[in-house]
Amino acid sequence: MTVPLRIFFIGGITAYRGLINWLSPWIFLPTLVIAPIFQILLFVFIGRSAGVESDEFYVIGNAVQYASIPCLFAMTHAIAGERSQQTLSYILVSPAGRLPLFLGRALPVIVNAMFVAAFSLLVSGLLLGIDVPVSSWPGIALVIFISTFSCTGLGLICAGVGLRVRETAVLNNVIFGLLLIFTGANVPIDQLPGWMQAISNRIPLTHGIEAARQVADGASLGDVSGLLATEAVIGIAYTLVGYAVLRFMELESRRRASLQVA
Amino acid sequence: MTRNLRLLGVAWLLNVKQLTRSSFDGFLAIAWPIFFATVAFFMFEAGGNPESLIYAALGAAVMGIWTATSVAAGSALQRERWFGTLELLVAAPAHFALILLPLAFATSAIGVYCMATTLLWGRFVFGIDITFEQPLFLALAIPATILSIGALGFLMAVSFARYRTAWALGSMTEYPIWLICGFLVPISLLPGWVQPISWALAPTWGMRAIRESATGGTPLPDIAMCLLLGGIYVAIGVVVTETVLRAARRSASLSLT
Repeated sequence: MTVPLRIFFIGGITAYRGLINWLSPWIFLPTLVIAPIFQILLFVFIGRSAGVESDEFYVIGNAVQYASIPCLFAMTHAIAGERSQQTLSYILVSPAGRLPLFLGRALPVIVNAMFVAAFSLLVSGLLLGIDVPVSSWPGIALVIFISTFSCTGLGLICAGVGLRVRETAVLNNVIFGLLLIFTGANVPIDQLPGWMQAISNRIPLTHGIEAARQVADGASLGDVSGLLATEAVIGIAYTLVGYAVLRFMELESRRRASLQVA
Repeated sequence: MTRNLRLLGVAWLLNVKQLTRSSFDGFLAIAWPIFFATVAFFMFEAGGNPESLIYAALGAAVMGIWTATSVAAGSALQRERWFGTLELLVAAPAHFALILLPLAFATSAIGVYCMATTLLWGRFVFGIDITFEQPLFLALAIPATILSIGALGFLMAVSFARYRTAWALGSMTEYPIWLICGFLVPISLLPGWVQPISWALAPTWGMRAIRESATGGTPLPDIAMCLLLGGIYVAIGVVVTETVLRAARRSASLSLT
């Protein structure tokens, strides 16, 4: 029992530190601290110009949605990065259980993404004078946790694809752009065409963003329990699919002798 | 003079060829502004003002030029470092600015693809019908905007020369320029202290020139201002280039190893 736990916690954080070693303050600050604040400001001002939703709508929507950057990029790199460092074959030849091996790397990703969402929410809220009651913050923290977990499940799928595809950065950027449109971060879901709403309801972050907005408006966690449960179920489903994709790609790589080739 | 012009032309063409080699990067360069344009179109559509939708369509189209420039030009020197060609380029008899300038212009020229696809996206997906009232002025405004954005990219490239992670700094400028230069939001909506910053940025005037050309206004003063500011960026960039290279030679730190 202790071995899988060691692989999950210690292995996960060691792998994260080793593979995301390039995330220096010179990258972290511009891309994960300053950029999300400007994304929020951009959409707040577009919203004002278009005369549609309130500032709070865009602040919460974009703060939670921007967490997808660490969820997608870091999760993908925390696994697919083994290939570029020429260590993938050593990892996959080891007898370590795959579930703790892969999922352990998700934990630091979730913590990082939570920080990004919470920090950008706090700072842009202060800049724009958004009044979120202090009593709502624990609830928002839980919503952010579930949302980032859910999105990290999507990142796990990207990581699986990244075992065979070189251009994971392009893939992650495209998914980030799609999440921007489909999650309701900036456009209320009911204003999207029907086919888009159907997609929105089946992807990470949509329900989390809605729950965060309601909690910020004073709703209790009980009031948004349905949204949170849906977000969590979506997260579990994506994580399971991500794990299956990783296993499939591993087996295919062995079968085709293409582990380090792609 | 002729040799310098030839160098600029050949280096520009070479860089355009290099930048268009990767179909993945090309796809992202086109798709990225379309994602933001789509969100903006939905938002302005919800606002119910058809004129603002045309305003957004033109702005979203120009956003792509800056997207194509910001990261690529910002990290231009770092890319040469990775290729191992930076020292060779700096040691070449031609002034380094003449090598870097066409690179920056090439990145902004790639933005024409983004511009065209965003306009087509707005037309065919959202039914935004833009009539260009003064096509001749538009034919002047677009190259002027591309040149001035390229000049801003050049200034960024040399200013970020000492940073290994210049791509992150370039990427960081993407949203602020979109916002401050009035691509999607009228500058008058921004706080008063931001507006002088907007006026000092050439893309602001390029955007205004394109809008004036489309709506039948008077784009010539905006085109002139756009080119003037672009020229100032180039002049500052040349001075910064010399300063940076002198410092790098003195401390033997060009390769940042």
